Amino acid sequence: MLQLPLVVTVQVDLVLVLISSLAFLTRLSCLSYPNAVVFDEVYYGQFVSLYMKRIFFIDDSGPPLGHIILALGAYLGGFDGNFVWNRIGAEYPMGMNVWSLRLLPALCGALCVPLGYLLALELKFSHVSALGAAVLLLLENSLIVQSRFLLLESVLIFFVLLALLSYLRFQNSTSSSWSRYGWLLLCGVSCAAAVGVKYMGLVSYLLLLGVASVDTWNVIGDRAASHLSVCVQCFCRFMCLLVVPALLYIFWFYIHLSVLNHSGPHDQLMSSAFQASLKGGLSRITKGQPLEVAFGSQVTLRSSASHPVPCWLHSHKANYPVRYENGRGSSHQQQVTCYPFKDVNNWWIIKDPNRQDLVVDTPPKPVHHGDVIQLVHGMTSRFLNSHDVAAPMSPHAQEVSGYIDFNVSMPAQNLWRVDITNREAKSEVWKTIVSDVRLVHVNTSAVLKLSGVSLPEWGFRQLEVVAEKAFKVHSSSLGWTVEEHRYGTSQEQKDREVELHSPTHIDVDRKISFWAKFVELQWKMLTLKQEESEHKYSSSPVEWITMKTNIAYWLHTSTNAQIHLIGNLVSWGVAHLSMLAYQLLAVIYLLRRRRGFKDISDGAWEQFVRLGCVCVGSWLVNFVPFLLMEKTIFLYHYLPALCYLHLLTPTLLEHVHTHLLSSPTHRRLLHVCVIGVLLYVFLCFWTFCPLTYGTPELSASQLQRLKWRDSWDILYRRQ
Amino acid sequence: MDKADCPSQNKTKDFSTLRNRKICASKAQQSSFSLLSKHKNVQPAEMSKDGTQLPSPPGHEPRNKTLLILVVVLSFSTRFYKLAEPPHVCWDETHFGKMGSYYINRTFFFDVHPPLGKMLIGFAGFMAGYDGTFPFIKPGDKYEEHNYLGMRGFCAALGSCLPIFAYLIVMELSQAQSAALITASLLIFDTGCITISQYILLDPILMFFIMAAVLSMIKFNQQKYRPFTAPWWMWLVLCGANLSGAVGVKFVGLFIIVLVGLNTISDLWVLLGDLNLSLVDVLKHFLARVAGLILLPLFLYVTIFAVHFVVLNKSGPGDGFFSSAFQSRLIGNNLHNVSMPESESRTPVLVRHGDIIRLEHKETTRNLHAHRQEAPLTKKHFQVTGYGINGSGDSNDLWRVEVCGGQRGDLVKVLRSKVRFLHKATGCVLYSSGKTLPKWGWEQVEVTCSPYLKESPSSQWNIEDHFHPELPNISLSVLKPNFLEILLESHIVMIKGNSGLKPKDNEMNSKPWHWPINYQGLRFSGVNETEYRVYLLGNPVVWWINLASLGLYVIMVAVASIAIKRGLPLNQSRLEHSRLLKRAGGLLLLGWLLHYLPFYAMGRVLYYHHYFPAMLFNSMLTGVTLDILLKSSDLLLHSVYSDRLKVGGWLLLQLSILYSFYLFHPLSYGMMGPLAHEPGSAMAGLKWMDSWDF
Repeated sequence: MLQLPLVVTVQVDLVLVLISSLAFLTRLSCLSYPNAVVFDEVYYGQFVSLYMKRIFFIDDSGPPLGHIILALGAYLGGFDGNFVWNRIGAEYPMGMNVWSLRLLPALCGALCVPLGYLLALELKFSHVSALGAAVLLLLENSLIVQSRFLLLESVLIFFVLLALLSYLRFQNSTSSSWSRYGWLLLCGVSCAAAVGVKYMGLVSYLLLLGVASVDTWNVIGDRAASHLSVCVQCFCRFMCLLVVPALLYIFWFYIHLSVLNHSGPHDQLMSSAFQASLKGGLSRITKGQPLEVAFGSQVTLRSSASHPVPCWLHSHKANYPVRYENGRGSSHQQQVTCYPFKDVNNWWIIKDPNRQDLVVDTPPKPVHHGDVIQLVHGMTSRFLNSHDVAAPMSPHAQEVSGYIDFNVSMPAQNLWRVDITNREAKSEVWKTIVSDVRLVHVNTSAVLKLSGVSLPEWGFRQLEVVAEKAFKVHSSSLGWTVEEHRYGTSQEQKDREVELHSPTHIDVDRKISFWAKFVELQWKMLTLKQEESEHKYSSSPVEWITMKTNIAYWLHTSTNAQIHLIGNLVSWGVAHLSMLAYQLLAVIYLLRRRRGFKDISDGAWEQFVRLGCVCVGSWLVNFVPFLLMEKTIFLYHYLPALCYLHLLTPTLLEHVHTHLLSSPTHRRLLHVCVIGVLLYVFLCFWTFCPLTYGTPELSASQLQRLKWRDSWDILYRRQ
Repeated sequence: MDKADCPSQNKTKDFSTLRNRKICASKAQQSSFSLLSKHKNVQPAEMSKDGTQLPSPPGHEPRNKTLLILVVVLSFSTRFYKLAEPPHVCWDETHFGKMGSYYINRTFFFDVHPPLGKMLIGFAGFMAGYDGTFPFIKPGDKYEEHNYLGMRGFCAALGSCLPIFAYLIVMELSQAQSAALITASLLIFDTGCITISQYILLDPILMFFIMAAVLSMIKFNQQKYRPFTAPWWMWLVLCGANLSGAVGVKFVGLFIIVLVGLNTISDLWVLLGDLNLSLVDVLKHFLARVAGLILLPLFLYVTIFAVHFVVLNKSGPGDGFFSSAFQSRLIGNNLHNVSMPESESRTPVLVRHGDIIRLEHKETTRNLHAHRQEAPLTKKHFQVTGYGINGSGDSNDLWRVEVCGGQRGDLVKVLRSKVRFLHKATGCVLYSSGKTLPKWGWEQVEVTCSPYLKESPSSQWNIEDHFHPELPNISLSVLKPNFLEILLESHIVMIKGNSGLKPKDNEMNSKPWHWPINYQGLRFSGVNETEYRVYLLGNPVVWWINLASLGLYVIMVAVASIAIKRGLPLNQSRLEHSRLLKRAGGLLLLGWLLHYLPFYAMGRVLYYHHYFPAMLFNSMLTGVTLDILLKSSDLLLHSVYSDRLKVGGWLLLQLSILYSFYLFHPLSYGMMGPLAHEPGSAMAGLKWMDSWDF
């Protein structure tokens, strides 16, 4: 039954609407200017291009969601990925939709402003304070700059603020209806998104978990509630704040891995099995290889260690020098090395020690775990051999050679036992790509190992391979996998050489589970060490507080128009002052309360504490980790922390206004001060607008006047 | 009912403190006997009746004494048994024995640890008649006629104190002999603790000070109802002294300072909240702690260094780590009492800030040169080479001298000025990257020209030797640094040295997660079958009990906290147990965390023995936890059976520790013959983990 009259009551917070539209205006206007690569766009852009071409890559700077979001914008704008991101300042081609590339980060950046407004309200402060917070966020030049390009900070800030807001909504809503759990779910989702964009999101997530566990503890202490309802509440929080984020985090990787299914520049870092799952690359070579390695198989053996470079067991027609530079002697037998490029000399044939021929029987006789084999080098027919002679670069280990009988009472010791380390059954068959194998020397029980050291000139700078008695060391440098594989058919050496040069064929498909790929990729991302790099604009965290360094993002190719990451110095200063003031006030309150003086009511105290947990706590967790980091870091890393201080400033002022100032004159004085500071903040914003938006172009003297701090680096073009 | 009830009695009846305390103490004794008492079921009723129980020093019970004596005897005998074996240098004895000898010889050396430990070793050796002549070149060197037992004996004596201290600490915390005995036997019969105490190492000394500090801290806590009395001051001062001892041996001693600091802060917080105390009283408490726990340790710590510098006045292997000014103090160093040319006069043209110079290498007559090629290791910097010969060269040989913090025209002074060399053509600055060149560069350190001009110590140089025929010499004695400068410099050098101990790539290094699971030990002596082998590895039964107890502790605390929070009806003893778990257990858990977690953040190379201080805390926690677990057995069973279960479980625990010690004792006391994976070995069948190599 329809009830008449049909009445819809709509409440619109006009202030919120106004502030949001201003935010959209400042963040979204003229997005496609400058039509050139700006600063780190050069870094993220290349990944967007790879995304468009669905080519696999590894970026150790963060989980994949950030790239997915950037790529989504590019996809919607019809970007085809055909652009070479090689230098900052390079012009985009005519047809490229720069606007759509930059749209999503800018949208996130714009939404941060109303989020700040709502957060202040959820912290139970007045609309005036909320407006103040929003204005400070709105007029922060650094946030504007960082939002307007193909960068991830604004996305991170958006999700972190959203997570906080939705958690506070959940916590503050008094109704026990299930709809409030919608907010909790949203909180979990945005936490997962924040962590998925950058690892730094993790600290905010942990802080939120901390706050949530305190709240949960209070729920447990609620004796009015029944045991069952407490259990249910705890379970819901557990699901929404721990299980959902974890699952979503894995889901980002799922998207990442299912989109990027072509081989690409970073294949070499991954295991053979991973590479084989990508289209092109290794899978093109290995497609259709026989799975089980048999006696007579022709194989290439890749070291499981990708340090220093991925390489294959190799030998060539050159012997170890009789004496090394330091005077030690060698066996003078044929060199065995590890070679980082595909080469016909990487082929080895697996031979049954009890038989002479080097072909595969019909049916093939597979090699099992524990079998003893000989390895014959395909091109030179030398046997892989090891003996009690010191290795060239690592004298504590045994030399590995291709055996040559010089008749000097140095018998061949060329038997190796196959030890499959990742076997599931007791006598598993040695499988191509999948099996991780150790080759144990039968005579000395040493293990074939990549030492990681380069040989000198006589060894063509290839990597040294040794055998070491290190049966207890668990190290990937001991493992080898069969990468390329075919069943040998040629009896004669001549035919065999022709066979080795020809590509492998036959068709079988091989899959590796998503879970294994996820674990491998995540592990690689966390352990991949990039060379430590200095950067002209890098800075130390302590300098951020005073904004000692700026970052030049872009300079027009011919004029003085330029974009800098420079914050609003006035609001920046006010923000840090308010942070100090909060801490001072908190210490005074704490000490006085401990002595029994209650300056403010318990309700106000609770509000004050929650404000501190959210704002100062977030500032701390987003700032302190950088002090301990040894990476190259930049001013923009500070922006998430800064947002909280902008939230803190107006709310703390409101606290002072309502609880500490009693006389009307004082209050009036405060009003005047606040208005003055706001004007000044606006002036500062307006002054630096040319450096924020890159337009209008300024003259050298005008630029000189903008250099408010000596340490800033503002560029002038010589006339 | 609560600890606080006693002091409130204190407040009401002034000056009756002592009497009150006696009442409280006698109650505590009753409850501490409760384990062995047959009348356990009477106890709760009695306690809830008058509702007071105060942990305070247990009275002078004869049984108490005998147990303590038993612990002392067992502890010393396990540590001193076979102390002289093996009669050769084991593992790090090669460092610390050598450094002890340096003190006896008064030769200056450098080590990454503060000097107290080595000083004590040297002193012990000296007292025992060791003359400092043994060279300690490498592990395995025979001591022959040299007297090494003094040094080993000293370390073993300090190491023997650890189980005793642990016993006393747990006794103080839990007021239960059963708990204290569990801890004591865990430590007495741990092969790892025995091995690490038996050699000339810093660890037994460090752990001695750590445990002594904890013990005095807890004793001090127990004195809180009698502030400013003699024992109160004594424990405070002892705690402070032990803190400085711990840091004076190794920098990991800082963790115990953090523990004591946190404890003191919470202590002061409680005092501040006690509205019966006037602010002046609170201030007095605060100042007393500042004096006892900050100023006194600081003073002692500085004194240690003063002694160090006074004793070591001869030039030795450590000189090169220090600045030129520092070296001028050392007898026998070529900078000692020398003079160098320097003048304010006008005759020769003096080099000033901003001057353009060319630097010619004296031996090869080539010029210091830089150009826009990437440097060999630091690819973002430019290459620095020697170019030209005999005065010829090009514009890339020109450098501008700048005195750090100077202005145009300032003189460049020997030793005192820090100067930077800016390359004129490219604008880069001469820079020492700190990276070692490969073999072709004789593993010397790379020098580059850095385009990043920020001031850093790596781009600052000073002039060390200086010869000029026309300038009058000045004596460098004016440069002699004062004590504070020496102190500061030696700390900078030590910290750098510590962070410089980076793990090498092809070395198998120990990871912090290995330690609690006893994953891998350390070889102290001997490798193959014919040698006398000693292997540092904790008694796996002890360590795994510890590990399990950690988990158990967390579960027990969680269950107890939730039960209390939900308001479940609990009887008095249960409440007492959960309070004990939270207070005493919390303190010990914090100690464990503080001595363990920081290692995850450390970049330097780590070893298994770094875990031992944490292991001590873990064992004490185990004592407290398992004791309460056994006492809580009446949750499941009728009281008659639960008492039996309690005693039976306790005995089983002790027996299994003892038996496992019997199995694993060859690790500490030495093994000969075949390795463990062969059947004839003493350790056959005991290689429970593949990663143990004995």
